[in-house]
Amino acid sequence: MKSIHVSASVNGDAVEFICAPDESLLDVLRNRLDLTGAKEGCGTGDCGACSVTLNGRLVCSCLVLGAEAEGTEIGTIEGLATGDTLHPLQQSFIDHAALQCGICTPGILVAAKALLEKNPDPSDTEVRYWLAGNLCRCTGYDKIIHAVLDAAKTMRGA
Amino acid sequence: MALDSSAKRVFKVVGTRPPRPDGVDKVTGRALYGADVSAPGMLTAHILRSPHAHAEIVSIDTSAAEALEGVKAVVTAADFAVQDDQSLRDIQENCMARTKVLYDGHAIAAVAATSASIARAALKLIKVAYKQLPHVTDVDAAMRPDAPVVQSGRSLETVPAGMSENVTSHCEFGHGDLDAGFAAADLIVERSFTTAATHQGYIEPHACLASMTPDGKADLWCCTQGQYNVRTICAALMGMEASQLRVTASEIGGGFGGKTTVFIEPVALALSRKSGRPVKMVMTRDEVFKATGPTVSSSTDVKIGMTRDGRITAGEAHLRYSGGAFPCGTVDMGAQAAFAAYDMTAVRTLGWNALTNRPKEAAYRAPGAPQAIYAVESVVDELCQKLDLDPLAVRLKNAARKGTRSSYGPTFDDIGLVATLDAVKAHPHYTAPLAPGQGRGLSAGFWFNFGGNTCVSLNVNTDGTVGVTEGNPDIGGSRAAISQMAAEELGIPYDKIRTIIADTSSLGHNDVTDGSRVTFAVGLATIKAAQDAIAKMCSRAAKIWDIDEEAVVWEDGAARPSGPNAGKFPPMSLAEIAAVSFNTGGPIAGHYEYNADGAGVSFGVHLVDVEVDRETGATKVLRYTVFQDAGCAVHPSYVEGQMQGGAVQGIGWALNEEYIYGEDGRLQNAGFLDYRVPVASDLPSIETVILEIPNPGHPYGVRGVGETPIVPPLAALSNAVSRAIGLRLNRLPMSPPRILQALSEG
Repeated sequence: MKSIHVSASVNGDAVEFICAPDESLLDVLRNRLDLTGAKEGCGTGDCGACSVTLNGRLVCSCLVLGAEAEGTEIGTIEGLATGDTLHPLQQSFIDHAALQCGICTPGILVAAKALLEKNPDPSDTEVRYWLAGNLCRCTGYDKIIHAVLDAAKTMRGA
Repeated sequence: MALDSSAKRVFKVVGTRPPRPDGVDKVTGRALYGADVSAPGMLTAHILRSPHAHAEIVSIDTSAAEALEGVKAVVTAADFAVQDDQSLRDIQENCMARTKVLYDGHAIAAVAATSASIARAALKLIKVAYKQLPHVTDVDAAMRPDAPVVQSGRSLETVPAGMSENVTSHCEFGHGDLDAGFAAADLIVERSFTTAATHQGYIEPHACLASMTPDGKADLWCCTQGQYNVRTICAALMGMEASQLRVTASEIGGGFGGKTTVFIEPVALALSRKSGRPVKMVMTRDEVFKATGPTVSSSTDVKIGMTRDGRITAGEAHLRYSGGAFPCGTVDMGAQAAFAAYDMTAVRTLGWNALTNRPKEAAYRAPGAPQAIYAVESVVDELCQKLDLDPLAVRLKNAARKGTRSSYGPTFDDIGLVATLDAVKAHPHYTAPLAPGQGRGLSAGFWFNFGGNTCVSLNVNTDGTVGVTEGNPDIGGSRAAISQMAAEELGIPYDKIRTIIADTSSLGHNDVTDGSRVTFAVGLATIKAAQDAIAKMCSRAAKIWDIDEEAVVWEDGAARPSGPNAGKFPPMSLAEIAAVSFNTGGPIAGHYEYNADGAGVSFGVHLVDVEVDRETGATKVLRYTVFQDAGCAVHPSYVEGQMQGGAVQGIGWALNEEYIYGEDGRLQNAGFLDYRVPVASDLPSIETVILEIPNPGHPYGVRGVGETPIVPPLAALSNAVSRAIGLRLNRLPMSPPRILQALSEG
């Protein structure tokens, strides 16, 4: 299989990479671009640990081919903070103890950011349904939901 | 909300909720987990696994795989020496089958290659000739005398004659006259229950990077709950000395007991030794389900007698557990835990473990207890229903307390069960009205907790900050709790402390992060290490002041002259003593090493309201409250996190999660789509009530909190569902098809 050359943008930076035709975007991010914040929990789109945005749309990067990223804008957990300032969601997760092991946290933060961009004032139920594609096995979700709702409040006030 | 009113030490740092030290790394994607590191020249490895539930390995031909361009090493069981020690032999044969494959997914060979795609292609070139054997995956079927034998010659002497060779162990606990107890009962209920095997379901698959050099030294990076245990096992399997193998625990993406042993680590080391290159190995989710530790599956009979006024007169349980294809002692813990919440005059539990063609069991939060307590708490609830008694009042009437001879032998010291039940009674949830069709259930839960071997170093830096070095991977926020205890004891702010987790070459042995032991045992060792450093700092101050060491005390983070010298010199803070330490005798450090006991048992009670959709069979959890004695909640947010997370895992176990095997003995749902763990939209908020009945075995009163929360949900949900639909299912999970079947059968 001949490798494919791809040009894209990741967190606002231009990147170029070559990848195999059957290589997932997740593998490209992790193994070729050294962006290991997105995690592989299942490889089948069931756990959401690999969540990134592709042209603003939330996707499981394990279900996207690297070759499909040509010309796209990719957003990952590594792009959430601005310089040394954490995104309000990141700060809220720390303040609310909304993570334990933290393996699902990057995917949940990327997904929650995508939610708040669509809906800056979600209800508890809306947050729970939006995050239903992101598995967390440590927290029982309670503190995650509170952290997202509180971050949304902070962002609305900003 | 802490309800206990007894006098306690007033803490400054313990009991507050500071940010966790690993927080920023984890919210920015910087934290490095098992699969997140690479090494120059690294190979990628994959494992070939058995498609059969049970088969003899007639031959393995790896020559075509070895000849594939890019393949650098292939290993099979032949690359590992046969171990003398039986438990090591089991671990090795679970990592790589030797003569038989014992379950669907059992590892048989592994390939390291220059790319993942080449490694996968090479697996297809390995030719294995199998001779299929009859299999058994059900625990009751495995115990029948005519069952296919999974492994022969593994039964302990305790197993009664005439049973299947699959029965590997038998245990018995209890006291009192059962016949007299049952004779005194007004009502006896006897029921049988089954629970499915469930998986810990950590989101991070097992992953490691092994690098062994031709001089016999090796480094291993892996996600594990216990790097020292990994070192002990891997060094033995590889024929290495412990000092030559350094194991570093990565950040761990969940474990819950499932990462207390090894699966891929020795294989990666063997591939690295053979290829002379670093080797990275990461499991797929399919492999995690098929080949790493689920819980035991269980089949249990429980008989309990009760008087009309709710006094339990006798209880008996027969527990049959299967921990898969290798002997497993988990049934002993189930048999000990079954009746632990009750003060009983007559109690007996009998347990058997049977081999089945399933993956080797690994610990999962309070291993063995949820299954046993589910059965007991279900029968207690049915007795309450039949005798028209309040289930909380009955539990209070029979509750174990200080001085109770426990059902498994020891007499309880200070325990929090009665206080916890009282807290349930006082909570608005218990008396909140229910709508028609809704049901409320409750269950008590118990776990022993554990102490174990522990070693901590505490280094006082010259700028007045402190580094704590401990050896237990942090799963639920323990670095924060340990920093808090160090800050409390030293009398300095939390943010002056940094706690790190050492590799195996940097600190003495520490037992695995299990048994809810870390905040208790590592916390205690940290306090003692701080006291050691304090004694040294007092001695330095005495030297500076030219007074006796005994005439110096440590208060509020400073050495102060006491007795006849009191007030003669201004106090010297930790920072001031540290700043001049090079002139007063050199660096200052505290150490503590011990084998901890006194962990202090743990009780919790869960209360749940449900509604069952009679058309779909789906159970909706409407309200859930967890009550638990934490002894002392060092970081209440992370205590709540344990309570909430454990409860939700238990909810999954009760309602949906199960290993489903086909007639062919193959696992049919090895993925998160078909093995459905609870998602955010399935759940309400999980309320928590922390009680603090100090554990006499810890200077701050800490008890482990991590395991108990998974115990009560099974029966609490079952009791709630039975009250919602007027029928009792004696089988978990209560998945929608099972509920519909029960409703149609009436």
